[in-house]
Amino acid sequence: MVVKILKNFFSRMFSSLFKEGNKEIKMGFYGPPNAGKTSLANRICKDFTGEEIGTVSKIPHETRNVQFKEQVEIKYKGKSMMFKMIDTPGIATKIDYEDFLKYKVNKNDAKKRAKEATQGIIESIKWLDDMDVVVVVLDSSENPYNQVNITIIGNLAARDIPVLIVANKIDLKKADLKKIESAFPEYETVGISARTGKNLEDFYEAVFRLVKKR
Amino acid sequence: MGNKKGGNDLGKIKGFSIQFLPYSEIRTLSSDERIRKILNIVLGNNILILQGKLKAEEETRLIGDTMAMIDHVKNFKGIELAVIGGNGEESVFFKMKKGLANALSGGDMSAITIIGPASIVKEIKRNPKKIELLLNG
Repeated sequence: MVVKILKNFFSRMFSSLFKEGNKEIKMGFYGPPNAGKTSLANRICKDFTGEEIGTVSKIPHETRNVQFKEQVEIKYKGKSMMFKMIDTPGIATKIDYEDFLKYKVNKNDAKKRAKEATQGIIESIKWLDDMDVVVVVLDSSENPYNQVNITIIGNLAARDIPVLIVANKIDLKKADLKKIESAFPEYETVGISARTGKNLEDFYEAVFRLVKKR
Repeated sequence: MGNKKGGNDLGKIKGFSIQFLPYSEIRTLSSDERIRKILNIVLGNNILILQGKLKAEEETRLIGDTMAMIDHVKNFKGIELAVIGGNGEESVFFKMKKGLANALSGGDMSAITIIGPASIVKEIKRNPKKIELLLNG
């Protein structure tokens, strides 16, 4: 009887250790629209799985549903970790279908896109609770003192979810990495270009540091 | 100061009001009631200046409820929102931390929250030392 109990105990213990070791880390990509969340997630997924997570476009709110890619094993300098990548629609406080008309989208499609975008934002917010770590992607050529950025980061801080700030688009002339660093001095900020792949090595190193903060 | 136009008349803006709301007016309300009160004021074509700030999760709920209303309230396009801390020299994070520390007791009285309908407020431009409220012409 005692032997059986001990056997069951060790079996459960090793089984849970094994599961924990293989557990995917849920890594969310959050930020305002058009900051390059999907571009970055695509680059990571392409590097490690050969497949992309979603489509990118110059039109804001291209990502209007939460997109996933499971079993993404990031390997860097001998280290390896398994992630579930969660790419979220950009969060905004206003949506006007007329803004899409500037991109030669017809009126009906613009209205449909606006409606889907509002639902996408609601979905993004709902997912905040489910993340293990979050990469907040900001456009380094834009002013970081934007309430949406502050609200997202404030929410993650309140939930004790580790945050890495990515200052994307550092290949642009207007990019200002220091401005983003000074807006959020308590967080590690990595300047990258998801489009060109610049500084992706720094990003991967920062991701491994981020996971340790959990 | 607020007008009585009601919630469904945000299409052609002929004017707007600025409404100040002391935190004492919402202190005892639940999060649901706070957000409803704020949105009712904003839907009445008012720019709301709220003493203090909402909790972090209330801010996201405000954004979520705003998105849900865009689909249901004619001509409503959303809101512009900015929270301004007491000291312009402080970093956003420091203000945020102070906000979080005050979150349970509610408010952070040194902060001011500005919320306006997007049909009236085009943009709230901010950097650590300056706030600009740009209105739609």
